[in-house]
Amino acid sequence: MGQSISVRDLEAWYGSNKTLKGIHMDIALNNVTAIIGPSGCGKSTFVRCINRMHETMPGTKVKGEIILDGVSIYDQDPVALRKRVGMVFQKPNPFPSMSIYDNVVAGVKLNGMTQKHKLQAIAEKSLRMAALWDEVKDRLNYSGMSLSGGQQQRLCIARALAVEPSVLLMDEPASALDPIATMHIEELIRQLKADYTILIVTHNMQQAARIADSTAFFLNGELVEHGPTSDIFTNPSDKRTEDYISGRFG
Amino acid sequence: MRQSLNEGQLDLTKILKDMGEEVGKILQGCMQTLLSLDKDQADFWITEDQRVNDYERQVDDLCVRLIATQQPVAKDLRKIISAMKISTDLERMGDLAIDIAKIVRRIDGPLCKPLIDIPEMAEMALGMMRQGLEAYAGENMGLAHDLAEQDDKVDSLYKKVVRDLLLIMTEDPENLDQGMYLAFVARYLERFADHATNIGENVIYITTAGRQDLNI
Repeated sequence: MGQSISVRDLEAWYGSNKTLKGIHMDIALNNVTAIIGPSGCGKSTFVRCINRMHETMPGTKVKGEIILDGVSIYDQDPVALRKRVGMVFQKPNPFPSMSIYDNVVAGVKLNGMTQKHKLQAIAEKSLRMAALWDEVKDRLNYSGMSLSGGQQQRLCIARALAVEPSVLLMDEPASALDPIATMHIEELIRQLKADYTILIVTHNMQQAARIADSTAFFLNGELVEHGPTSDIFTNPSDKRTEDYISGRFG
Repeated sequence: MRQSLNEGQLDLTKILKDMGEEVGKILQGCMQTLLSLDKDQADFWITEDQRVNDYERQVDDLCVRLIATQQPVAKDLRKIISAMKISTDLERMGDLAIDIAKIVRRIDGPLCKPLIDIPEMAEMALGMMRQGLEAYAGENMGLAHDLAEQDDKVDSLYKKVVRDLLLIMTEDPENLDQGMYLAFVARYLERFADHATNIGENVIYITTAGRQDLNI
């Protein structure tokens, strides 16, 4: 089951550069929320704050509050938090020296799971959820790098799902994929939202319109508008949102 | 930015304007035919309908191309969807004008009364169509809203024409056929004006994303 997220007055810096300027936003449980905005608007920083990855970079700073299922993420161990908040990146990044199977269970093993039959069950379940099982079940010991780009990305999603998170952050997960692989990922996201709260950063307006329940538009580190996707793409309330989604700036 | 989309939208506005001029020309021609009862002229105007249909297809094709290639959203999308609806209204207005020419084919003998109110209705309805298209081109809400008031005037005139014709038909049953035909003409013009209010409603939709009935 997914978990809701409340963001309150979130500010973030890279050195002296303030990239998030007081974000106030509620992210609904078991919804897909798209984060859109021009390059440098702070959308990736925003999702990286949610699993506390932003703080791991030297010279960064965060202020404000992020509440996950009623508890501040800053009151939690970052490693434990990242078990609950999985992340998928723009470029598929399977571990190159590992097999498909080992890629999926890598995180579970790191968390101390050693029982082979349980690991096998987790691998199958995660690959099924990532809609990859049927394509790889006969070659689980092949290298993860032997898969196509779209399959590699679904492998990374399976790897993120294996540790049973409740929130899935996706930073442009389909931008490096062809249209068919993109459709696979979008269909997968649609299915996964029954069990996960999903945030997806995307530069593809049509993708946001297709898959997201709600959409948030960021500009210069500020949240300009957040609402139901159907409203944002048919009748946004802020002219800057209209100009951006219409392709008239950004 | 969005040069292709902007150009496509300008093309749409131009085609709708040309289509409106064609419809206007047909309505004026058909009204002239009604006054002269020239059946050859009536036949001529009936064939002109094809030109209006061609404009409608041009609008449809351009809208489909813009949607498929430009993926418009929000106001851009509303403007394109509305262009398709306006072209349908204009096509119907062309049909209504042609219906007047078809009535002329059926009228025998001199008119049973001098035509004053019916030509006035035609002028008003034509002005409403032009105003609607001007409102579309300039996204002018004031012009769009004003169509409601003008439509009320056309409706009042329509009721007066029907009342007058009923009186003429009651006084002399010889006038029954012609009275009915002229009542049809008045009805076509009243419908023509209603379609003009639809154009105004689309302008309001484009500008506000809300809907308002201008023909109450």
